[in-house]
Amino acid sequence: MWSFANPNKFMRVSGVVLPVVAVAAAVLAVWGLYQALYVVPSDFKQGDAGRIMFVHVPAAALSIIVYLIMCLCSIFALIWRHPVASLSAKAAAPIGAAFTLLALVTGAIWGKPMWGAWWVWDARLTSELILFFFYIGYMALWDAFDDFTKAETATAYFCLVGSVFAVLAKYSVDLWDTLHQSSSMTIGTIATEEKLSNEFKIPLLIMIAAFYLYFLTVWLIRVRSEIRMRRIQAIRQAAVVE
Amino acid sequence: MKPFLAIIRRDLAIAFRTGGGGALGVAFFVIAATLVPFGVGPVPELLARIAPGMLWIAALLACLLTLDRLFQADVEDGSMDVLALAPLPLELVVLGKCIAHWLTTGLPLLLAAPVMALTLGLPEGAYPAMIASLALGTPALSVIGAIGAALTAGMRRGGVLTAVLVLPLYVPTLILGALAVNASAMNLPAAPYLMLSGAITLAALPLAPFVAAAGLRLAIR
Repeated sequence: MWSFANPNKFMRVSGVVLPVVAVAAAVLAVWGLYQALYVVPSDFKQGDAGRIMFVHVPAAALSIIVYLIMCLCSIFALIWRHPVASLSAKAAAPIGAAFTLLALVTGAIWGKPMWGAWWVWDARLTSELILFFFYIGYMALWDAFDDFTKAETATAYFCLVGSVFAVLAKYSVDLWDTLHQSSSMTIGTIATEEKLSNEFKIPLLIMIAAFYLYFLTVWLIRVRSEIRMRRIQAIRQAAVVE
Repeated sequence: MKPFLAIIRRDLAIAFRTGGGGALGVAFFVIAATLVPFGVGPVPELLARIAPGMLWIAALLACLLTLDRLFQADVEDGSMDVLALAPLPLELVVLGKCIAHWLTTGLPLLLAAPVMALTLGLPEGAYPAMIASLALGTPALSVIGAIGAALTAGMRRGGVLTAVLVLPLYVPTLILGALAVNASAMNLPAAPYLMLSGAITLAALPLAPFVAAAGLRLAIR
């Protein structure tokens, strides 16, 4: 684990791993989508609209997982000052924000025919939206600093504070929602608590795996280009000094 | 204790001699609450229904807009470098400045809120819960806001960024505060929400200054 803190080692290993995960992500995505769109029978209640689940659920899962990964990277960056850790956190943020947005948009497209509304202030939707705001703030904070070491420390602190408040917001939104319970909320609970049969579950698991591998692929590409950017900056600064 | 009180006294003196004390924050709060009927129409039932949330949002924005005065000026003129060298830990400096901030924004809001609640037609039974929820919740707004203010203290134009960073952090405080007033307005017990509000404040008071101090150390490095 620690040896990957060395950017040279990281570049060497990730260069080998990258094509493998990229191909695996592509194969699983094609297979999973084929299963989801053609093989799986349409839901008896929701019809073909229910198939959006195979994109919505993995995106929603990854939106939270990526934030947790950013928190871990931030802890590593703060405690051990790993050069790769803060770059990893930085590189993961736009991907996580994209997954969050995808989950919100697919949720809205799914919600329109099922609940009759693009958006309801349901506990889950609201906490996902708040998570999206945290991603935005985190990325804005990275952009606001000129100095790299200041930026990595400040963003790491914000990421950790954000994780605490994201959890707090989740629980307070739950409280808030139970007071004003809406009919759409119960439909939502039934839909999520519904026991999935295997013919739905296996393509869903394939799609989740594909999303994980896709994240890994894009993440590695982004971390690698961040490392290269840092090197170019270092060379430029050295040239200016000379 | 003495240097800690000196920080509070210094910030209060600055607030009263240059910024008019808490007057501007209160003025903002009153105007923001006055805009609500213009926006939604002068329907008494509607205004009474949304009064708890609107009062809380106006209080939250008044707190947010005064955050730039918390550290920005001290970082720019170099006072923060001196404060960082003081025998007092920077965390306590932050806490002292937050207390001064609350005394000049949060506390005056407690006095202005009943007047604005009157104009919005908040149900009479909800007044104690409103005062209690603001008293318990606004200190958290000051110290949580200090995190965002400290992280953006060294920047030339940090104002909008502070808002983007801080507003999501304010969500739990806002929800619980407004829930307490709403519950009371519907003749339901407000105590559970007040306790949770107080819990957030009690957790934020000792913890947030550590993050804010870390952010300030970056700003003056």
